Amino acid sequence: MPDLIQIAIILVKIVALTFLVVLPLVPISVYFERRFSAVIQDRVGPNRVGIPLSLFGFKKDFHFFGLIQPMADGLKLFLKEDFTPAHVRKTFYWLAPVLTVAPALITVCVIPFGSPITIFGHTEKLVIADLDIGPLFVFAVSSLTVYGITLAGWSSNSKFPFIGGVRSTAQMISYEIALGLSIIPVLMFFGELNLGKIVQYQADNGWLLLPLWKNGHFSLPDPQTALFWIPAAISFVIFTISIFAETNRMPFDLPECETELVGGYHTEYSSMKFALFFMGEYAAMVIGSALIVTLFLGGWSVGFTADKWIQGLHIGGFHFGGLIHLTAFVGKLVVFILFFILVRWTVPRFRYDQLMKLGWVIFFEAALINVFLAALILAAPHLTIAILGIGTVLLVVVTAAVIWVAKVSEESPKILRA
Amino acid sequence: MAVIKLQRPKLNFGEKIYFGALIKGFFLTMTHAVKSLRGKSAGADSLASSGLGVTMQFPEQRWDEHLPEYYRGAPTLVTDEQGRERCVSCQLCEFICPPKAIKITPGEIPSDDPWAKVEKRPKEFDIDMIRCIYCGMCEEVCPEQAIFLRKDYLITGLKRADMVHDKDKLYQIGGVRTGLVNKWNELK
Repeated sequence: MPDLIQIAIILVKIVALTFLVVLPLVPISVYFERRFSAVIQDRVGPNRVGIPLSLFGFKKDFHFFGLIQPMADGLKLFLKEDFTPAHVRKTFYWLAPVLTVAPALITVCVIPFGSPITIFGHTEKLVIADLDIGPLFVFAVSSLTVYGITLAGWSSNSKFPFIGGVRSTAQMISYEIALGLSIIPVLMFFGELNLGKIVQYQADNGWLLLPLWKNGHFSLPDPQTALFWIPAAISFVIFTISIFAETNRMPFDLPECETELVGGYHTEYSSMKFALFFMGEYAAMVIGSALIVTLFLGGWSVGFTADKWIQGLHIGGFHFGGLIHLTAFVGKLVVFILFFILVRWTVPRFRYDQLMKLGWVIFFEAALINVFLAALILAAPHLTIAILGIGTVLLVVVTAAVIWVAKVSEESPKILRA
Repeated sequence: MAVIKLQRPKLNFGEKIYFGALIKGFFLTMTHAVKSLRGKSAGADSLASSGLGVTMQFPEQRWDEHLPEYYRGAPTLVTDEQGRERCVSCQLCEFICPPKAIKITPGEIPSDDPWAKVEKRPKEFDIDMIRCIYCGMCEEVCPEQAIFLRKDYLITGLKRADMVHDKDKLYQIGGVRTGLVNKWNELK
């Protein structure tokens, strides 16, 4: 019997967190994308679709500022003809959209959405699977998305999708390296791979990028934590930009760049299969921002020493602080999605060689050096001055060498003939 | 054939780092966003914006009073001060109409009519508004100043038949025009 209850609880968590928290964020981010981009460009954006009460004889329509628009779009995509071109490889063509959405949704399971909730003396964590390898699991599963896009490009059996698929493969594999390396300092700092515990630590001792309290009291960070802010910030920048590249978002959306590749890897797709690609892209964006928020910006933590108090809130035996934390987490997520959108409508698309150079020449090296810098800062209390000095000198030398190599590689090759 | 070799601009360190340009870009877009939310975008006043960006939101707000004098809306037929149809069904507009939207069936004016001297007027005058391109050639070619492009622009219908303006409809939109040529008016 307890097993059954356990399974029921897990099912409820899966349904609630995936289908009631993460999936609704997808249409909401589509809506935000359209409204925010409109506002940036001095337009209005979709603000009409709502409940057409005037169809039923009422005076006025009810429009929630057009919040229903994504649903109307989804309905439109459902009702469109699902056309499969004759020249595609059917199995892979059908498999590809699923392979882009499913990994993005699977990674939801390790994201901690809030602090534990207690009902009837039973404490339940607001995470579907409390794995001890959180970030690694996310990387492992989300890198499967590349199969979806590659298969879509290849199975479409047509040139533009193929180029899009190849581009996407190269891009995602390149940036996965920077992605993985950039969070090593963070994981070293926490000494922990369990995302739930990482967030709990940040709630108690200050967010990674905002270490202004300790053990639930306001205090300036100790020198080591303060120094660690530098590698943390570098990690944050590299990680965020790599997430942009991983999710094929705007400055790096070369796999589907309209000016060159028609629609990119989903050129041959229509109807709901196209919608799945669309959804997968936005779901990846939601998960990416969830990961950034969890690792660097304190996850569900409200911060400023308020978390202990919120966790203590209860009505009888029902500790509902976790729900407040869930709201805080979703709020942070939405803010970060808005940042994603702002970037999309601000930064022009990179050229493909610039993209590759950024990944391999700059981020890869910067992330590696960052690992050593973080290690030096973290190990400093245990080292003698001499070793510390040698380490610093080595670090400076390596950094200079890397910058020199990057500079040399930038020089244009000499023209051999006149 | 002259070949112009362009020198790529030499970027300094700050420009190579690129972050400065990014932040400048964020400021630019956010300024636009904030201004557009406050209804203070450049040109919001002159374009009579709805208070969000520079856009006028159509069914509630209309451009009507801002329409210029020379605006070309729906073509219509007009009557003169005495209520006479100005059209003498010469069919010049029918012949000039580039998309062939106008169809006229000429008719005779009976001899007991006070305007019998004019001899002809249209029995049928149809303008297919699906075909009409609002070019205004009919207005230009009309020797009697009987057809004018008015400022009506909301020509809608549920059927193709609704979109054909017949004579009654054309006079109804057109109304009376005074102070035009009065060659048929014996009093003047």
